[in-house]
Amino acid sequence: MKALIEIDKLNLFYGTFQALKNVSVEIPQRAITAFIGPSGCGKSTLLRTLNRMNDMIPGTRIEGRIAVGGTDIYSGEVHVETLRKKVGMVFQQPNPFPKSIYDNVAYGPRLHGVRSKKQLDEIVESSLKAAALWGEVKDHLKRSALSISGGQQQRLCIARALAVEPDILLMDEATSALDPISTLKIEELAQELKDKYTIVMVTHNMHQAARVSHQTVFFLNGEVVEYSETEKLFSDPSDQRTEDYISGRFG
Amino acid sequence: MIEMNSTAQNAPAELGNSIRTGSGPSFDRRTRLRWANSAFRIACIAAAGFVCLVLFGILFLMFRTGILTFQEVGFAEFFFSTDWDPENGHYGALLFIYGTIALTALTLIISVPFSVLIAVFLAEMTPKWLRNTLRPVLDLLVGIPSVVYGYLGLTVLIPWLRDLTGKPLADGLLAAAIVLTIMVLPTISRVSDDAITAVPKKYRDASYALGSNRFQTIFRVVLPASSRGIVYAVILGMARAIGETMAVVMVIGNTAQIADSLFKPTAVLTSNIVMQISSVEFDSTWNYALYMMGFLLLVISLLMIVAVRFLQKKGASE
Repeated sequence: MKALIEIDKLNLFYGTFQALKNVSVEIPQRAITAFIGPSGCGKSTLLRTLNRMNDMIPGTRIEGRIAVGGTDIYSGEVHVETLRKKVGMVFQQPNPFPKSIYDNVAYGPRLHGVRSKKQLDEIVESSLKAAALWGEVKDHLKRSALSISGGQQQRLCIARALAVEPDILLMDEATSALDPISTLKIEELAQELKDKYTIVMVTHNMHQAARVSHQTVFFLNGEVVEYSETEKLFSDPSDQRTEDYISGRFG
Repeated sequence: MIEMNSTAQNAPAELGNSIRTGSGPSFDRRTRLRWANSAFRIACIAAAGFVCLVLFGILFLMFRTGILTFQEVGFAEFFFSTDWDPENGHYGALLFIYGTIALTALTLIISVPFSVLIAVFLAEMTPKWLRNTLRPVLDLLVGIPSVVYGYLGLTVLIPWLRDLTGKPLADGLLAAAIVLTIMVLPTISRVSDDAITAVPKKYRDASYALGSNRFQTIFRVVLPASSRGIVYAVILGMARAIGETMAVVMVIGNTAQIADSLFKPTAVLTSNIVMQISSVEFDSTWNYALYMMGFLLLVISLLMIVAVRFLQKKGASE
């Protein structure tokens, strides 16, 4: 598979604390890559460098190179807003805006200049369908997004991210605040979406990584210990620390 | 070994005894708790009732005296005439009612956009050190006595307006509105600032992650999400503007004529009451009419608050 995102010798500092150490990973197109590792190992930090959400944390410093489709996203030529439009993100806590379901999904398209009601209607419908939520909310699109369940809210956030037609979808522990059934739905959804999108998910649930991903990256203390195809990583890890972690000896 | 065993066997009974601390069946824990609960509930209800009683008491007292106006003055004259000449028996209060509404509206038109911009600036854009300086400064400004604002209006603003417009008199609605704006600005901006700061970071994250810039995030997500708090801030500011007397008296001109220009000396309910109440006879229609105006002031401010609440509800359900 062709690599869509290339991370090359990345170092990231929060002030004097080094959160990522010499990280090099390649992420294939139209597949699911999972980042696993214990809390504080840098997996979320790396994810947030991919759409430059770390820019907003004061004192962040980055060395190395991240290329998306061959373009270094930290070079001066990159327009951050366009990058974020192309690299969507779903957060750990469902965070729909305190607006209606419709307005949540339409937020991105409106932002990027879609004005026609008909076009917005179409985008809202197709995005909600893609996020497997349409059937549940199609009769009350005007209702507040905060009135639906947590699992539905998270799928709404996925629909909202899909509505701006990203190529890459980042999921930052997107199921950790959800119940098992909602989690299962999101995992199934990810499986469907991978045919059209490149998905990178952070999870602290190893079983989830094993169930849904094609490639798994194992992090420890800001370093990438190893990464390979998920099956290989879980059945035949090449590093002792990986084996200790996946067999539950720590973390 | 045996020692330990017996301790382990005694443990449940000991545990049971240790949690049984009631002082007897007649006044046990449950009774005490029930008594404390109901006493506290009664205290809370009494406190709430007291506040309502005070509010209705004020309304009633103002109304009781004010209504006597209509023994001698027609309803229509009081509410729809602009001829206020009590010495000759003319009690048209419309010009004051109009003045109060116009002044409050003008004040809000100037102050709300400014205040919200200040609040956005404070909450979203300033570096921390500047924010930590500006917030206490604004808090101090809230506490400045209104007579000081009025004095500044009288000695600085009015001469300045006179030079600017070339009119012989600059007293009037605009001068009063500017003074009131300066007065309510700190209140509205600080309360709005708190409302904006209270918007959860996750909404901002979501907005940025969809490719919004800061401007779009503020105007499409943060401000709508904090609209309740901002409306509340506006109500606070408006309440202060409607009821403000001292600062207004000093710059509005105190002339019983309807303001058809921003620079025409006029009067509002508060300023007229305070200018005339000390010089009227106790049992005169004039006195009653001033009471009636006080009652109207109360009603107008209550109505405005209800209107704003209504608008806010409508906005929230959309």
